[in-house]
Amino acid sequence: MRPHTLPGPDADPGIGLDGVAPERAVGWLRQMLLIREFETVAGPLTTSGAIPGGMHPSVGQEGVAVGVVSALVSGDVVAASHRSHHVALAMGMSPRAMMAELYGKATGCAGGRGGHMHLADFAAGFYGSNGIVGAGAGIALGAAFAQSYRHEPHCSVGFFGDGGANTGRVWEFANLAASWRLPLIMVCENNGYAVETRVDLATAGESIAARARSFGLAATQVDGQDVAAVATVSAQAADRARSGGGPSFIEALTYRFGGHDIGDRGRYRTEEEVAWWQRYRDPISRLCTELRQRGWLGEQRHDELADEAAALVRDAVDFAESSPFPDPATVARGVLSPALEDRSPTARGSA
Amino acid sequence: MSEPTARTTLSRAYRDGLAEEMARDPDIVVLGTDLFERGGHWAQVTGLGSQFGPDRVRNTPISESALVAAGVGAALAGLRPVVDLNFLDFAFGAMDEIVNQAAKIRYWWSRPVPLVVRGSTGFSGGGAQHSNAIEAWFCHVPGLVVVMPSTPADAKGLIKTALRGEDSVIFCMHKMLTGARGTAGGPDDLVPFGRAVIRRPGQQVTVVTYGVMTGRSLAAAERLAADGIEAEVIDLRTLAPLDLSLIEESVRRTRVLVVAAEDYRPVGLGSEIAATAAETLADVLGAPVLRLGAPFAPVPHSPTLLGALSPSSEDVEHAARRAVKLATAR
Repeated sequence: MRPHTLPGPDADPGIGLDGVAPERAVGWLRQMLLIREFETVAGPLTTSGAIPGGMHPSVGQEGVAVGVVSALVSGDVVAASHRSHHVALAMGMSPRAMMAELYGKATGCAGGRGGHMHLADFAAGFYGSNGIVGAGAGIALGAAFAQSYRHEPHCSVGFFGDGGANTGRVWEFANLAASWRLPLIMVCENNGYAVETRVDLATAGESIAARARSFGLAATQVDGQDVAAVATVSAQAADRARSGGGPSFIEALTYRFGGHDIGDRGRYRTEEEVAWWQRYRDPISRLCTELRQRGWLGEQRHDELADEAAALVRDAVDFAESSPFPDPATVARGVLSPALEDRSPTARGSA
Repeated sequence: MSEPTARTTLSRAYRDGLAEEMARDPDIVVLGTDLFERGGHWAQVTGLGSQFGPDRVRNTPISESALVAAGVGAALAGLRPVVDLNFLDFAFGAMDEIVNQAAKIRYWWSRPVPLVVRGSTGFSGGGAQHSNAIEAWFCHVPGLVVVMPSTPADAKGLIKTALRGEDSVIFCMHKMLTGARGTAGGPDDLVPFGRAVIRRPGQQVTVVTYGVMTGRSLAAAERLAADGIEAEVIDLRTLAPLDLSLIEESVRRTRVLVVAAEDYRPVGLGSEIAATAAETLADVLGAPVLRLGAPFAPVPHSPTLLGALSPSSEDVEHAARRAVKLATAR
């Protein structure tokens, strides 16, 4: 397959917003600004050690999450990958619960037991990010099976990346979803690199979408830096799923502006390449440009949205920093159901 | 307890337990290969296809990863999936879904994953890739319940507990016990998780066992009794979490412990029980804890080699005699 990450002509063809209501488009911007702010703040906090472990920033990929989630309604389900802050925030997850989880605090969405790869909000339909490449799509597969079994007018979305597209399990999921016509939307965020390996050097065939097509899924490639285009194909996929038309596959061609994780030195790609994407294919700038051209967004409104995002993330950091760490005595609690908890040898601890 | 039903087999009792729960709860679905018409490779769901239809007894592709993943996601969405792998050996194709997904979700998000993964297991003909004894692997994973019944009543009662509970359960059924005969309980006779049972009371040596070794241990106890050695045989039934309390209570009486497992000794259930006994029962143990297990080799094909793999009833008997003798000598 051809790499999509190499710099193209020095021009941005822009994005379209035909048929999109102004407030809806501005709502997308609001979400994307929040995601970028969250990542921009959390990154240095990870470097400094305030956030233990690491994190996989989603900067540059905001349009994919926001575009896909724009097609969903309450009752739909999403499960995501190791790079999922954008998906979690797009699903309406609380920045406080997320940031506190990154910090490893008791008030995090997993009580500090998960970390940034294990965010979830079941009330919001977010069935979790996932540290295992491709695995989130399997959780979504199961949720789609439950929706189908119960004849619910809903769909489930599984996010993974170009790396996940080279795991066997993802194609087991695709085959089962197509065989059973499940209401599953598989979203492959092809950001060009599986950690440090460029997708075309490790991925045979015409495209990832073409693979999915061969399994019988309605598959399409879309410009992942165009939130409106992502929203359009996602709405089509959701309609198909909810009307019994079976699963869809969206290969969103995107790019992460940051490294695979915080601390990635970026030796596998050129600075020129990154700069090109930031300058010509930033999903937020592109949306802003189009909104301004249409007169839907003034400077004041933009600044209000940016300030709002900054305030939310600042509040999330304050919340996380002022929250307590979990009690070490609880390390082996909640492993099994309450009825069995006291019978677990781990609960008893060492001799 | 209601009156036990007529004599049945372990496989049929499992099926009856599953069928009764499916009739009670429409959220229970069974996923696996060759289930609908064939009834599974071990007659474990015979007749359920026609009874419950293809939506609830689903034939699937040979995609273990997708099956267990679908089970996890569906369980999170409120269903109670039973993923039937036919052979537990095939769990290797879904190890990530079992270990990294199903087992950890409650710990992170307090969200139950009421999933059953069933497989037939244990040494038998069929070669090294279809006859592994891997129950101990799952016991090493926090967040999983592992059961292995030795009687029809326990097979039925344990699947019922699984389908009314909130845990992810690895349901091991030993292949050589597929046709094991006995009675089974009624619709509401549940066998609780984490509770072993004394199959035969005795005062001189405790034999802790499970699965196929239970019958061999009971046969050994018969012969030992003829020589005046009264062995207490404990059938674990649940391998994780272990009923260490019952083992401890028994060994405090007998002062002698033999663990009779079929699987390999290194890092097996026998190791765990012996080590725990060494830590907590040193003050009462009258002899070293003896462990029975298989020679450390893959499962061979030839009957003569296969026969050399699994510990026999005589092995249990000899171990018990030796342990009692050591205790007496002290």
